[in-house]
Amino acid sequence: MSDILVTEQSQPGADGSGRPSGRLLEVDDLRVEFRTRDGVAKVINGVTYHVDAGETLAVLGESGSGKSVTAQAVMGILDTPPGFVTGGQVRFHGKDMLTMSTEERRRIRGEGIAMIFQDALSALNPVFTVGFQIAEQFRIRRGIGRAEAKKRAIEMLDQVKIPNAKGRFSNYPHQFSGGMRQRAMIAMSLALDPEVLIADEPTTALDVTVQAQIMDLLAELQRERQMGLILITHDLGVVADVADRIAVMYAGRIVEEADVYELYGKPAHPYTLGLLDSIPRMDEKGQQLRTIKGLPPNLMNIPPGCPFNPRCPMAQPVCREKLPPLLQIGSGRASACHFAEELVNRD
Amino acid sequence: MGRYLLRRLLQLVPVFIGTTFLIYWLVWSVPGDPFAGKCGDRRCPDTYINFMTEKYQLDESIWVQYATYMKNLFQGDFGLTYNSRDVGDIIAAAYPNTLKLALVALAIEAIIGLGAGVLTGLRRNGFLDNLVLVSTLFLIALPVFVIGFVLQWLLGVKWGIIHPTVSSEMRLSELLLPGFVLGSASMAYVARVARTSIAENRRADYVRTAIAKGLPMRRVVGVHLLRNSLIPVVTLLGTDLGALMGGAIVTEGIFGINGIGRAVFRAIVTKESATVVSIVVVLVLVYLLMNLLVDLLYAALDPRIRYE
Repeated sequence: MSDILVTEQSQPGADGSGRPSGRLLEVDDLRVEFRTRDGVAKVINGVTYHVDAGETLAVLGESGSGKSVTAQAVMGILDTPPGFVTGGQVRFHGKDMLTMSTEERRRIRGEGIAMIFQDALSALNPVFTVGFQIAEQFRIRRGIGRAEAKKRAIEMLDQVKIPNAKGRFSNYPHQFSGGMRQRAMIAMSLALDPEVLIADEPTTALDVTVQAQIMDLLAELQRERQMGLILITHDLGVVADVADRIAVMYAGRIVEEADVYELYGKPAHPYTLGLLDSIPRMDEKGQQLRTIKGLPPNLMNIPPGCPFNPRCPMAQPVCREKLPPLLQIGSGRASACHFAEELVNRD
Repeated sequence: MGRYLLRRLLQLVPVFIGTTFLIYWLVWSVPGDPFAGKCGDRRCPDTYINFMTEKYQLDESIWVQYATYMKNLFQGDFGLTYNSRDVGDIIAAAYPNTLKLALVALAIEAIIGLGAGVLTGLRRNGFLDNLVLVSTLFLIALPVFVIGFVLQWLLGVKWGIIHPTVSSEMRLSELLLPGFVLGSASMAYVARVARTSIAENRRADYVRTAIAKGLPMRRVVGVHLLRNSLIPVVTLLGTDLGALMGGAIVTEGIFGINGIGRAVFRAIVTKESATVVSIVVVLVLVYLLMNLLVDLLYAALDPRIRYE
């Protein structure tokens, strides 16, 4: 397709070197709040991350950490009200999407940045066939005729390895199994060959064997198409194999960002450490699972200082007073902990 | 699908027999003498009464009368009035008028009600939303004859925009006001149901998906959102046709329309049981068929509903 935006030469792997404008997608100091009757919840408090072509960024965090809301703000599908973007930028090819016209922004959706959702059953329209919903992309966005659009939709179903794609074209979402439905969702989001794909917990609603298949499929398609992939998940097991970099979120902030091996090997934030510790392990069978004590903070009343301090086993007086900024430590990794250096350098 | 349809049609048979018998029994039990006042000031002669009693099987039991009536009905014979007029003719004269009026009412109800519902459902708490909420409440609260007489007087008499009554030609332009009056309450309900349905589905995941696909807003609303929100509205509209026809008597009276309302009223007053029963029987048929149509429409709108 010639009408796809031409990708500027981006610089994969150049993270940590300031902020050059060659990035594919950059989120810069994004702030989102939810204004409800009970008060204002500060859901995103200055999130900064980026993804380049051919790169996979995993965004990790508990429910309520703001990882999905960030993605919704990037896509421009935030429920407004109650959600409002109150600051920051979302740059696609260096251009801020938050100040674009509605029409300009709409054109980026699906074609520049596409998204797949957690629960494909509710995310697909129940009253239209799966084929219709994929072919719609070709017909409406590209002005392609019905017959040709159908052919291409079947090709897409084929690409995501749905058996008997031709016969499945006219099935409804409820006639698909969970895994097949998520495949169809992927086919739909990739129809216009987007440069960035945001996958919001794409495997959470699936059982474990199907999860692995879907992750493999996503990784494969990402390699083939050299897409930037933002993988939002709370499952550390899912990200290990596919992610290049991981950004860990807590209370609407990135608390640690690192290369996947570094993060797993030597976490530089006590929250990451806690998350890694809470993965069940085969060699600790029969023992109680380790958890992070306490609950995530109430976003209407985030504790002063480091938001993690009430749950942090390493908390010092300074943690209750000063908010630690996200600082570079070493090459290409950053942590928002007053004691990041100590954490990394311990044995 | 074919089997489902056949089963549904078979289900109509006992319902049809049950309802028609109830109506027949009801009219049969109404006290009074059909021949009172038939022969001027004097009592009718015995020969006439005997002849009529024989002809209309009036001394038979209700079972025999009902069976005869049904037998004739299935042969397309609605029976005769006591003046030997064919009831079929009365129905043929009155029904099309009422049907026309009801269809105009239904169309107004669907277009205005649905339009208002969609607009307000998308933008809740705006000026338009409040306007619609207040005006629908107004329409629901006011009896049809008040709305009818007020509008007839305002538009037809005071301002002279329209002719206050409907001519026997029943032109569409003449039927707009009576149609609006007849459908006003239902229109208000349609607007409210559509509003709720749209507002509910607006936040649905699949709507978000449609936006994330980069579809233009009018397609997101007009295709993805509307199709899902139509189901409760279709129920309301489908079952309403029968209610509109049955409830048209007041509107027909106000605007001088020669419909079934007037016919059935006259028949009740003159104890013409065959006419009353026949008009209601046709109304029952309309109800039953519209119900079936609604069920079939459901499945067309929502493929998750299966015929099994």
